[in-house]
Amino acid sequence: MGSALKKWKLPMIMLGPFVALIFLFFFLPVVLIVILAFTNMDSAMRWEFAGLANFQKMLEDPNLFKIMKNTALYVGFTLLINVCFGFVLGILTTYYIQKEPVSLVFRTIWMLPRMSPPVVYVLLWLWFFDPSEYGVLNSLRALFHMEPVAWLHEHPMTAIILANGIIGASFGMIIFSSAIKSIPKDLFYAASVDGASQWSIIKDIIIPAVRWPLMFVTIWQFLSLITSYEYIFLLTNGGPLFESEVLALYSFHKAFQNFEFGYGSAISLVLVIIALIFSFMMWKWFGMQKMMRSSKIE
Amino acid sequence: MEQWVRPEAAVTASLTRRPVSKWKKRLPFFIAYGVLGITTMPIILMYIWLLLSSFAKQMKYGFIPVSFTLENWKFLWTNVEHGGTTLPSIWTATWNSFLFSITLTMLEVLIGVMAGYALSRIEFPGRQMLMKTTLILHAFPSVALLIAVYYILNFLGLFDTLFGVLLVKTALQIPMTAWIVKGFFDNVPWDVEWAGLIDGCSRLKVWLTIVLPMIKPGIAAVSIFSFLSGWSEFLLLYMFIVSDDNITLASYLQKLISDPNLVDYGLLSAVSLFYMLPVILFFIFTQKSLMEVSAGGGKGV
Repeated sequence: MGSALKKWKLPMIMLGPFVALIFLFFFLPVVLIVILAFTNMDSAMRWEFAGLANFQKMLEDPNLFKIMKNTALYVGFTLLINVCFGFVLGILTTYYIQKEPVSLVFRTIWMLPRMSPPVVYVLLWLWFFDPSEYGVLNSLRALFHMEPVAWLHEHPMTAIILANGIIGASFGMIIFSSAIKSIPKDLFYAASVDGASQWSIIKDIIIPAVRWPLMFVTIWQFLSLITSYEYIFLLTNGGPLFESEVLALYSFHKAFQNFEFGYGSAISLVLVIIALIFSFMMWKWFGMQKMMRSSKIE
Repeated sequence: MEQWVRPEAAVTASLTRRPVSKWKKRLPFFIAYGVLGITTMPIILMYIWLLLSSFAKQMKYGFIPVSFTLENWKFLWTNVEHGGTTLPSIWTATWNSFLFSITLTMLEVLIGVMAGYALSRIEFPGRQMLMKTTLILHAFPSVALLIAVYYILNFLGLFDTLFGVLLVKTALQIPMTAWIVKGFFDNVPWDVEWAGLIDGCSRLKVWLTIVLPMIKPGIAAVSIFSFLSGWSEFLLLYMFIVSDDNITLASYLQKLISDPNLVDYGLLSAVSLFYMLPVILFFIFTQKSLMEVSAGGGKGV
């Protein structure tokens, strides 16, 4: 008995705080979200069970179709920019620019938006899209004597997709460049001796080598895009009206602006389930090992 | 005669063709530089604008500074008025941000190192399950859980306290940190620990004097990562902090940005620059070691 206690003591002390934090801020919240989704809790914080009322409300919500459409557009196009542009950046900085210092400079610059605090990064975009003649786009228009445009009102979806796309592209860039770097150089020499065209080098050597990282980046980014709303919140706050509202932001608005915690939780629950399905797929496709390795690169 | 002309023509043809083919071969590389240059330019320009605008009285075309001024930096010694109310001093916000980030770093390193070591070296029941859980949590979209986290903080009486947000932030990051630290410990050979134990040191002493120093660079990198992520944190602080006494730089800047009556890019860029200063410093001075460690951290898995 004594030795068993001794055997347990060390891991318990070492893992105690870790497990406690995970329990308190991961497991408990998951359980709470599931329960809350079936209540109509409001700012009074009273537990009143309402059965499936929240989910019925969701189906009848007049804004929900618009919001689902926005979410699909936002996630789809941002993902496209993340993966495609990240891939282009990866190829350009590792394969086409072989001088390491030069490509390091480019990669460093692309990391800047990712390193900047979100509030500062969004300020740059707010200035870029500023409705007055001082904004970047509008001062360019002024050069051609065109009237300033209220970009964030006219094209809110484009704005949030661009802002998130650029941040995500640098994530893709890092993963893809390290994958391309790990391709044996001999392959490229052999290809150029054989007179292979640039296109066939990309198609037959590079793309097969980044196939797994490509899948990984896609799913990883999908998971973070579908639930995160920090940049959208700062840039347009879902507006004007519901023009750039996405599901995750809607859940936040319902809970923290309208104080409909129950309804907000129900929306969150839908998101968590979508995310879990994709996590599960990621697990299945990559296997634990691959996921462990890739997740460290960031 | 005919027979002689032909080879000659072939030779000149091949001579003229050679530079063309070289040009053709280089073309993709020129395009590569071009594409990179064009797409990277706006990013550089945006950050240059931040610097110029903070020292300029007025910007021509929104980009070219007209005259130099320190007016925008006045927030450093006077409190900024906005929307009829006065914002707390920038130094309150700076102190809070600093406190938040440094405590986050210490908590994360302490808990991460302990958990990382246990996961890497100690055999205990449920180890495999705990490792898998850690990995899943790493990818788990924790933002979706914030409504429940709000309820928990409220229940614990930690709403509107920096400590409460600190706990949440630590919890959200600890799976990743512990996992990375575990990788560092995996790289330390067992023999090193054995040698210490045989020499008669206790396990704790071996850990403190031999193993920990070996993963110092890793700990440094993890510390910088968590400090910067604490410094940049916005959403959690915005959600769970309401009183002005607990304001941080992120919320300070966001308050200024979200005020529709105050569109003063001079002030906004000066505050942003002030806020970004530690990020820039870390970025310049520790980038190499950060890159090395984050690349090396992946090896041990």
